[in-house]
Amino acid sequence: MSRFMRGGEDKAVNKDGRSKIRALVVDDSMVNRTIHHKLLQNLGIENQVVGNGKEAVDAHSSGNYFDLILMDMDMPVMNGIEATRRLRAMGVRSLIAGVTTRSLEQEKQEFMEAGLDDYQEKPLTAAKLVSIIHKINQSSSTPR
Amino acid sequence: MDNVIQLQKKLVDYKTSLFNEGILDDQFTQLQQLQDESNPDFVVEVVSLFFKDSERLFDELTKTLDQQNIDFNRLDAHVHQLKGSSSSIGAQRVQRVCILFRNYCEGRNIEECLKCLQQLKREYYFVKNKLETLFKLEKQIMEAGGTIPVQ
Repeated sequence: MSRFMRGGEDKAVNKDGRSKIRALVVDDSMVNRTIHHKLLQNLGIENQVVGNGKEAVDAHSSGNYFDLILMDMDMPVMNGIEATRRLRAMGVRSLIAGVTTRSLEQEKQEFMEAGLDDYQEKPLTAAKLVSIIHKINQSSSTPR
Repeated sequence: MDNVIQLQKKLVDYKTSLFNEGILDDQFTQLQQLQDESNPDFVVEVVSLFFKDSERLFDELTKTLDQQNIDFNRLDAHVHQLKGSSSSIGAQRVQRVCILFRNYCEGRNIEECLKCLQQLKREYYFVKNKLETLFKLEKQIMEAGGTIPVQ
């Protein structure tokens, strides 16, 4: 049974009508962090933003859990591929969606192989985000 | 009231022309749809971030191209960032020049990279001017007691 019900158009809520999805936005661009934060917020998803892969890994070190991670690929300090590998190696089971402007199959393949569940080309839109969120419902009962 | 109606029409016509001329694309509409009562200045805030970020990147690009031995990977990384942010706000023509610029970075073509930087600056200041005009029109409507028409 899905943990989430549709509570109004494009809203992800639990059976009590309160949003329980938590997300982490990982992107070195402040423009993109601001847009992705608002996109998630408008869908009723509580979210935090960080500026690179290392900050994403550190965000998990104190026991934080996120249902969804939106991971950019090209970032300083630690890129999205390395961050995804590290998070999976740490046992993080969140749905990780790569969000990048890279479009070559080879680049996409490398990112997917690092441990992504989904991949979306930027710019991110509400429709793309809704399709990512549907995967949270689908994967919630699938063991990793 | 007539004044508000006139301003609203002027805004709609102006915005339509920006889309028809390919200066803005659908991503700008997506941004506008994110704006709501809890964040009524969202579009202006995001676009202001884009302006600040772009001008920082132009400084970086100029510095990188001024070097004796140009680091094309660094150059490409900066253009990639600008491509990302311009596509996120719907600045289509800026994004297209970034794509061209990246091709010349890959080809390590200094002359074409320098030309691209100039073209990029022209397109950027052009869209900046257009967006500032758009925001001024919106502000005029609000100050006259009107609402921004939804397209």
